[in-house]
Amino acid sequence: MSETAGREPIEVRFRGGGFAPNSRRWVGFAVFVALIAFVEWGTRAGWITSLTLPRPSDVLATFVGLWESGLLFKHLVPSLTRLVIGAVIGATAGIAVGILIGLFSYMRAGVVPVVAAIFPIPKIALLPLFVIWFGIDEGSKYALIAFGTFTPTVVATYGAVDNVDRSLIRMGQSFGLTWWSIVRKIVLPGAMPGILSGLRISLAIAIILLVAAEMLGAEYGIGAYILEAGSLYDLERLFVGVVILSLLGIIVSAAIAAVERRLLAWRT
Amino acid sequence: MDIRLDQISHAYGDTQVLRDISLDIPAGKIVCLVGPSGCGKSTLLRFAGGLERPASGRVLQLGTPPEGCLNPLTYIFQDFALLPWRSVRGNVSLVLEDHGIRGKRAEAIIEDVLIRTKLSDFARALPKQLSGGMKQRVAIARALAVKPAVMLMDEPLSALDAQTRELLMDDLIGLWTRQPFTSIYVTHNLAEAVRLGHRIVVLSRRPGQVREVVEIAKPLAERTYGDADLDKVQRHLWGLMRDEARAADEELIDV
Ligand SMILES: Nc1ncnc2c1ncn2[C@@H]1O[C@H](COP(=O)(O)OP(=O)(O)O)[C@@H](O)[C@H]1O
Ligand SMILES: [Mg+2]
Repeated sequence: MSETAGREPIEVRFRGGGFAPNSRRWVGFAVFVALIAFVEWGTRAGWITSLTLPRPSDVLATFVGLWESGLLFKHLVPSLTRLVIGAVIGATAGIAVGILIGLFSYMRAGVVPVVAAIFPIPKIALLPLFVIWFGIDEGSKYALIAFGTFTPTVVATYGAVDNVDRSLIRMGQSFGLTWWSIVRKIVLPGAMPGILSGLRISLAIAIILLVAAEMLGAEYGIGAYILEAGSLYDLERLFVGVVILSLLGIIVSAAIAAVERRLLAWRT
Repeated sequence: MDIRLDQISHAYGDTQVLRDISLDIPAGKIVCLVGPSGCGKSTLLRFAGGLERPASGRVLQLGTPPEGCLNPLTYIFQDFALLPWRSVRGNVSLVLEDHGIRGKRAEAIIEDVLIRTKLSDFARALPKQLSGGMKQRVAIARALAVKPAVMLMDEPLSALDAQTRELLMDDLIGLWTRQPFTSIYVTHNLAEAVRLGHRIVVLSRRPGQVREVVEIAKPLAERTYGDADLDKVQRHLWGLMRDEARAADEELIDV
């Protein structure tokens, strides 16, 4: 390093940066706006035919019409009821079973293979079976959604329980905490981050299954609405239904984010 | 209440970890366990507090724990083991709740231990907001809250930087001087051992055996940073440990 004399100093090149996601909400919004504007332009200019994609402004008009006729809520209310009841049953059972698997070796040995066996079954294929078991009405719809949310929740939950810091459990035992206290005050909060990120996936699956459930024997519901529009090749109404599902997905995701902010504020 | 370790031996699989350890921990004294890493200090401490069972030998309590003692054998861990989702106050109250101590009684105890560990201003803080030294003080406060008969400390200062370690040693000496507690204090740091130990037990490398027991008569309160007498003891200890440590360091680790 003795040759430095007389040379220009070179600034050290920055190479840190990246790999640190931070909040840039408006980007997502801008992407949506750009996409919609692009399709609007294409359909108006004519190089996207009305058979390929409906014009976004027409979809909006159809949506407003649906709202004003009061039909929107006639479809939305039963759908949301099914979604909430089915998802609550499935997620609650999934969390409970997942925690039991995480805590007891016999549960793990006995139930994990069963869960692995039913996970890959497309639950939609079982719909006729559910209709026989739980009736053509609401019962089979709840069952389908509950069953579909159950398996991913179980897998996420027992993984989360496995990841709870063992040294904290040791600490609880060393202070003479009861088994139930350790589960409630150490295992459950420690597993919460994993459980919540599992719920993100489970609830998205619940929305998918909601539509599937409503395609059979439902008069009202987003699924029934989409099915009817599809069979009539009414693209505007089809897209209204799809947009409603997307919005539902965004709302669920935002709700989980809000719960995470509240429950997981302790994380760094 | 005294603790007696009676001829404890243990092996994990084929690895003999501890061999025939017998020790007395008298009430009101701090006994330091030093030895090269991997010699079984943490294992011995887990036996002492009943978190694990030795393959042979027994851990005995002599006498009954003092009145009001909620958890006779209480640990302080190297990694603090604080619940990150509970505030400082919540972490202390965690160990009281199971004893049915809530409301006013819990408040009084929590306030007392937080004053003793100089944490009163941080009762509402979460662990992530605290420095390492403060986290360990929270763990000490939590241990004090259950009025332990014996404190089992596993390298409580090893995760901290040198300055924080000095400060916390002073804190521990202060706590002991005001109200002597019994403790088994595991460390690999000889300076800590000579500052805090009434008795220092040197273990050999694995399988851990008692090599020598050194008593230090000088009262804790009179021991200061860089004390000449303590330096002499520390040099003697280092003489004992050096070869063991080197040999231990060169052994293959089969984990
Ligand atoms: N649960 C365990 N299973 C198997 N081996 C272990 C276990 N705990 C500790 N050991 C082994 O026992 C030896 C002593 O470990 P430890 O008591 O942690 O040593 P120290 O605390 O003195 O560094 C090490 O070789 C370690 O690998
Ligand atoms: Mg250790």
